[in-house]
Amino acid sequence: MIAFDPLALLAGEYGALIWRGLATTLALFAASWGLGLAGALVLMVVRALPFRPAGWVVAAIVEYHRNVPLLVQIMVWYFGMPQALPEGVRVWVNAHDTEFIFAVVALALNSAAYMSEDLRSGIRAISPTQAEAARSLGLSYLQAMRWVIAPQALRIAGPPLINQTLMLCKSTSLAMAIGVGELTYRVREIEDATFRAFDVYAVSTVIYLVLALSLMGLGAWVARRYPPAAKA
Amino acid sequence: MWEILRDHGLLFLVGAYPNGPLGGLCATFLLAGLGLALSMPLALALGIARVSPLAWLRIPATAWVYAIRGLPLLMIIFWAYFCIPLLIGHEVSGFTTVVAAIVAYEGAFLAEVVRAGIEALPKGQTEAARALGLGYLGTLRYVLLPQALANMLPSIVNQFVAVIKATSLAYVVGVQELTLAAYQVNSMTLTRPLAVFAVLAGLYFILCFSLSRGADWLERRLARRRAGVVAAMEAAC
Repeated sequence: MIAFDPLALLAGEYGALIWRGLATTLALFAASWGLGLAGALVLMVVRALPFRPAGWVVAAIVEYHRNVPLLVQIMVWYFGMPQALPEGVRVWVNAHDTEFIFAVVALALNSAAYMSEDLRSGIRAISPTQAEAARSLGLSYLQAMRWVIAPQALRIAGPPLINQTLMLCKSTSLAMAIGVGELTYRVREIEDATFRAFDVYAVSTVIYLVLALSLMGLGAWVARRYPPAAKA
Repeated sequence: MWEILRDHGLLFLVGAYPNGPLGGLCATFLLAGLGLALSMPLALALGIARVSPLAWLRIPATAWVYAIRGLPLLMIIFWAYFCIPLLIGHEVSGFTTVVAAIVAYEGAFLAEVVRAGIEALPKGQTEAARALGLGYLGTLRYVLLPQALANMLPSIVNQFVAVIKATSLAYVVGVQELTLAAYQVNSMTLTRPLAVFAVLAGLYFILCFSLSRGADWLERRLARRRAGVVAAMEAAC
């Protein structure tokens, strides 16, 4: 019987593996969050264009990402897409960290779809008279967005956006399925090597909980600090 | 894509059954159905405990819900593999383990749906029930839960979609279901991964999209009925 000692695991070679895994998890999370938010803004703007078919395409993209398991989306990119990508892109991806790149692409697109819906419902919750009033006060379109619409819409979209950020943080664990060496992958690796399942699960559970609870705390703080405008 | 369905449709549908364990779409349905059905009682208990006036019920339930919501489902599946044999004294199948993990995970999310459903009811409901002489449990059983559950129906259907999507993780631990079936088909055909995984995504999409649409429809019907009730009450006043 091996003594139960999770902290001993953090020193030594397995500790190094866990920290490397955590670093990869954070890198996955940061890259796909940033790209996801950018993608969400693009999707939102395209959907608002006065060209109807553009809106349909965005709606289709959003529905695909909402109704197919994220794991399957990752597999479609990793196993399926290389066949369809142009030669140059394929060569470039293969020359770099292939698994990581496809995981980021899949995670970012998924977040972009969800976040664009959060942003859109935030904007839609703002009465059109707000924009009309702002414009009649002499503000330009961008000024009205910046000073009137966005501050109100972001207060409404903030909590769901942070919730989506939390989901993304947890979803990075799915990248292990295609062999990205993130935290969950390293957990499996260490378990296979040492059979100290309890220790390594305890350590990784605490790490995930610290990440998640910080995000939940941030969400609660934002909701308190920036409450949505009271309905008149 | 059609050739893939024609040649391997059966594998997508039932896996290796009857020469092996049930797999494919049927196993996905079974996993998801069992997962949702078994997580309902857990979610009700947790959700009621979350709004309980008794701190010794409320605090552990809240802690449990936050902890589960903070962990990736994969971690919970690993924990289930580790804990269940310790708790019941013998090994169980991967299928059972994944169902247990899904119940623990989705139960916490569904508990929040239950809590929101109860909290969304107007205070007057509780006050009127208590004034009529119903106790705390009677109020819950005869006044709050029937209304809350009816209002929650669209959210429960949406939760079913979440559970179906969650079952795909069974693939990671090698339990037979739709995603694993697609992976096996891909290993057999080798040359057409995009078509195989497009079929896989398409099957999930048809399933989940129609359920999501059903939830939307329920939501609208509920809103209409509620508006009707309000109008009738105003007309009566």
